Amino acid sequence: MNKPDIKKPGETRRLFILKFIWIVSGIITLIISIPVIGALIEPLLRKTPETWRSVGKVSDFKIGETVLVKFLNTSPLPWSGESAKTASWLRRISDDQFIAFTINCAHLGCPVRWLPDAELFLCPCHGGVYKKDGSYAAGPPPHDLDRYAVRVVNNNVEIRTSPIPITTF
Amino acid sequence: MKNVIKIWKWIDDRSGITEFLKPLQDHLVPPDAKWMYVFGSATLFCFILQVITGVALSFLYQPSTETAYESLKFITNETPFGSLLRGLHFFGASAMILLVGIHMIRVYLMAAFKYPREMSWITGVILLLLTVTMGYTGQLLRWDSNGVWSAFVGAEQAGRIPLIGKPIGYILLGGRTMGGATLSRFFAIHVFLIPALLFGLIGLHIYLVIRNGISEPPLAGRKVVKENYREWYQSMLRQKGVPFWPYAGWRDLTFGVIVIVFILILSIVVGPPEIGNPPDPADIYANPRPDWYLLWIFALFALMPRQIESFAMAFSPVIIGIILVMLPLVFNKGERSALRRPWTIAVVIIMATVIGTFWYFGTKSPWSPAFNTKPLSAEVIGNVNPAEMHGAELFYKKACIYCHAISENGGSRGPDLTHVGNRLTNEQLIIKIVNGGVNMPSFGSILSSNDLNDLTSFLMTRKQ
Repeated sequence: MNKPDIKKPGETRRLFILKFIWIVSGIITLIISIPVIGALIEPLLRKTPETWRSVGKVSDFKIGETVLVKFLNTSPLPWSGESAKTASWLRRISDDQFIAFTINCAHLGCPVRWLPDAELFLCPCHGGVYKKDGSYAAGPPPHDLDRYAVRVVNNNVEIRTSPIPITTF
Repeated sequence: MKNVIKIWKWIDDRSGITEFLKPLQDHLVPPDAKWMYVFGSATLFCFILQVITGVALSFLYQPSTETAYESLKFITNETPFGSLLRGLHFFGASAMILLVGIHMIRVYLMAAFKYPREMSWITGVILLLLTVTMGYTGQLLRWDSNGVWSAFVGAEQAGRIPLIGKPIGYILLGGRTMGGATLSRFFAIHVFLIPALLFGLIGLHIYLVIRNGISEPPLAGRKVVKENYREWYQSMLRQKGVPFWPYAGWRDLTFGVIVIVFILILSIVVGPPEIGNPPDPADIYANPRPDWYLLWIFALFALMPRQIESFAMAFSPVIIGIILVMLPLVFNKGERSALRRPWTIAVVIIMATVIGTFWYFGTKSPWSPAFNTKPLSAEVIGNVNPAEMHGAELFYKKACIYCHAISENGGSRGPDLTHVGNRLTNEQLIIKIVNGGVNMPSFGSILSSNDLNDLTSFLMTRKQ
């Protein structure tokens, strides 16, 4: 089909409508892509409030011991089921001081295991090792074990739910 | 019967089916393109199997973090032939990845990526990436405790991308923590997003084969010259080309069916991968492992020097992608025969050896602590004094045994200590244990000096 010739009668109208429709298509594409991209990046836009979760009474934990505590993530989606659970290695270092380590290895996120007699965290995936204070001891992890915020309120030990620690570049 | 033929003729006349298919059937192909050329179509057969079994699975699978695990058990244990269906899908995936690799090596060795087939190679590289991604996301949809950790490890790898890594990691996880949205993301990627891309790219890839013609087997000395290749190829086909069907296509069909038969046999005899423990992110006893085709990367992450890891994770996929895509653009003419391209043979041998070695070690994973090991038996310890006996206990309690073996008890991360008493002196042992090493923690702050002495005196009894 030949391109519309401006000189013929009626062509200017056709050209104008064509240009107009292209612009409208562009605008509609942009508008429709907003919810589509919104669905993709929804996790970044969702507000995840950080909640304090009680994991036990202060007296439940012995000084100098590290134990596994399990708790729920913040406002989990109703269909999360088991995946809303999370855990922390909780160490009591004095009467009122605790450290809550993440269970995710700083290397690639596999769950680390605490060996109480050896006082070491060992990772099953690629052999990362951390000392009892979470500091790096051996293997591929690029830094120490991350920690969650922890506090003691009314004799309860509380850990603050937080984003999964992701090791960056 | 006459009516059936009449109906068929009507459909064919209105739709032009045979008009479209006959040229494809009859198009001429080089007569000496034989069994080396079946791997592309075999990959396609596997893909079709994956789509069919995948759709069947999606009738039964519940893609929600809460219910996926139970639906997997339902498919495996209660659905009639559900276990077989899962097996077909798993072995179909394995076969597809294996065949895609073989197909790529064949094309590379025969330089079929040269003019005018560069686009076939480039679309093929993208297809390779998409296929492996389908394997990874597919394993994840097997949402047991291993699947959960696959999601974490994927997000953590994404996190190493400079600047935008963390947001990408959270986008993959479907949140700042694991949760209800995680599985849906991977389901959408595995079932909708990538298959859509695959359908399009496979269509393009096959169209290019038909448009540019399947490459003739190379001949040493017969170089590709852009100016006259197409003409030469067409006249060669006119002279000695044979119709694709049945003179060449019969081999594609035969091999394809053999592959499917193999997949069927494996699915029946071996069965699908087991569904492990429930997908609990708080299950610290998980032992995350990728499926076999990714074990070499798993080994790479364990063995790579930690200082370069972020660079390697972030940039090597990009660099490898660029090299692969540039291949036909840089080397698009000249010799095609591998006999005249020694570097090609070297590359294939080196890559196969390197990846093969990593694969082997990925299956053994000697760097993983041997968590299942038991304390040394009295038999192994033998006749020792009380201090040395205490040392033997410490060898287990202080976790040495998880990385070091004595008389085949223990891990293989560190050196075997069965005869360490012959190799090192007491002082050398003390220095090593206190200071540690590259992959060994320092035990200086963990062992009291009494414990240290007992331990080393035990180790010194380990002699031939």
